[in-house]
Amino acid sequence: MIPPIAHFLFHHLVRGPATLRDRIPADPDGVAELAEAVGVRARARLGRSLAIRMVDAGSCNGCELEVNAANNPIYDLERFGIRFVASPRHADCLLVSGPVTANMAEALKRTYDAIPAPKWVVALGDCARDGGCFAGSYAVLGGVDKVVPVDLHIPGCPPPPKQILAGLLALLERAAAGG
Amino acid sequence: MLGNASLLDFLSIGTVVPAARPWPRFRLDGKAWRALVERMDAADWLLLAEWAEPGEVHIALRDEGSGSIAIASRPCPDRRFFAVGQVRPGAIRLERAIHDLWGLVPEGLEDRRPWLDHGRWPCRHPLAAEKLPPAGSPPPYAFLAAEGEGLHQIPVGPVHAGVIEPGHFRFHAQGETVVRLEERLGYLHKGIHGLMAGKPLAQAARLAGRISGDSTVAYALAFARAVEAATGCEVPARAHWLRALMAELERIANHVVDIGAICNDAAFAMPLAHMSELREKLLRANALLFGHRLSMDCVVPGGVACDLDDDGIEVLRHLLSRLRKRFEKGVGLYSDTPSLLDRTTGTGVVSGSLAHRFGAGGFVGRAASRSHDARKVPGYPPYDDLDFAVPVMAEGDVHARVMVRVQEVRASLGLIDQILAGLPGGACRVDVPRQDGEGLALVEGFRGEVAVWVRLDGDGRVAAAHFHDPSWFQWPLLEAAIEGNIVADFPLCNKSFNCAYSGVDL
Repeated sequence: MIPPIAHFLFHHLVRGPATLRDRIPADPDGVAELAEAVGVRARARLGRSLAIRMVDAGSCNGCELEVNAANNPIYDLERFGIRFVASPRHADCLLVSGPVTANMAEALKRTYDAIPAPKWVVALGDCARDGGCFAGSYAVLGGVDKVVPVDLHIPGCPPPPKQILAGLLALLERAAAGG
Repeated sequence: MLGNASLLDFLSIGTVVPAARPWPRFRLDGKAWRALVERMDAADWLLLAEWAEPGEVHIALRDEGSGSIAIASRPCPDRRFFAVGQVRPGAIRLERAIHDLWGLVPEGLEDRRPWLDHGRWPCRHPLAAEKLPPAGSPPPYAFLAAEGEGLHQIPVGPVHAGVIEPGHFRFHAQGETVVRLEERLGYLHKGIHGLMAGKPLAQAARLAGRISGDSTVAYALAFARAVEAATGCEVPARAHWLRALMAELERIANHVVDIGAICNDAAFAMPLAHMSELREKLLRANALLFGHRLSMDCVVPGGVACDLDDDGIEVLRHLLSRLRKRFEKGVGLYSDTPSLLDRTTGTGVVSGSLAHRFGAGGFVGRAASRSHDARKVPGYPPYDDLDFAVPVMAEGDVHARVMVRVQEVRASLGLIDQILAGLPGGACRVDVPRQDGEGLALVEGFRGEVAVWVRLDGDGRVAAAHFHDPSWFQWPLLEAAIEGNIVADFPLCNKSFNCAYSGVDL
């Protein structure tokens, strides 16, 4: 019997990957152009990579789902050298979702402190800006900037992968400008 | 006679609370409550949920014999109640949370450590009538000890290596073998109960859809059904069917990517790549048809926020026929790779007796011979008109949980075929009447049975609400399942459970 993995490998060898790769308008979302721009900026500023440490500081997990989607073979963030790392000590950028619960504030601060400078913080999703629909609760601080300085905010509830890509591009532009 | 009394017979010693729908609520005094808890020790009455209000504790129960459902309430003027956790181990964390939030003392509960309260809120008992000042610096948490030669502890979290939610896991290990795992959650506590009180219906529905993002349809649906029960709102048939369509799409989207992620946690990355492609196609279809990739805010009290036209039905038919074939290929990749099966078979076993004792639902329960599915019992429209099987396995290991989820995807694909073929016409939304009342709803999310209870005032506002995630009764089983396994298999076991963090931290 031919093992099923052989079928998969053959299929991808012949058909190529599922990743969005059209350079020209064929891609209605403009994701490919965006992705390419992100790649160029990432190289200009950070050599060949941007290492991101993600912290969920109270989100409903919608943002995490979309960040994971940005990692899927279709968007494939990693092809631009943007990757998620396990340790904050390996990271350039802290990506934070959620309204920042009181119970997560210290963990968030300690993760931020563990990232070597220069570092950037991106607040992901509507509730990371001001608490969103959780604002006003006793258990919520209401926005990532209450705990760590925020360089950029990516709006959306949750932001789709394309928006996340666009946000990272904006961050890299800012970094290139020395911000 | 008392020995065989049904749940409703037994609760009739209490007073009936008016305007509780669709199932009755009884108010019990201290003695009757105590008798109820003692009866629960022997009776086949399943605990569905337990929550509180400033002066009262509620439990929702189902008589597994007759299928009848009821809520029992115990007013606590002296701020104490006889703990249900003494006879239902699944209630222990619920009652610790009740003490943290409302300051009501569960009498007889051995474990009195805080659960949600990490000592970081501006006050203690934030939902009680009388709040207490904070205790000062956050106290260290007393993890349960394990004793023996050569034991060491491994603390993990709350910030984990991957892009996942926060929680702390404390392992006691001997060499590579896990002797004890203890979970500590609550990091995501956002104070949903407090936020819900006084919210207008539309805002409350939005919030309900953000209790657990991966189950947003299930929560929005359960909330909507609870509101409709409370107000006596009759939803048009088309809305019921469209809701089921969204719910099944959500179930498939979660199951497929989790099956891939389980393989990934066994260091076989290709199935995850394959399955995430399928998920992405489903989310894009959601965005196209319902206007949101996760279908957030699409299920609303009174119906659904968006209709589906004939083109939409065609799009879905086309998508799903392709998805079905590609999914089966992915399943083949899983089930014909012996080195992968070697990791999943016999790993992280949950015994059937534990699943029953905790009343664990969803694929965790169904992989350990507990077949409950809220779409069948108590059932809700349109599932009574649809034909589907609920898969059950007895092994209780990671492999069984994967295979149950595989079969659930197949069943959901079959359900969607039936929904698209039989979708009734007409309106898909009605106005919710402004009326006070209480409602309880049970909905099968992808993790299991989501219970939502709501009390409305007459002005179209939520007076109080409670959201019960199925993972309350699944998390403790993970602690049992990992015992005796190696530490390196924990990600595999954990992913095969995929319990909710945000959903239980509230």
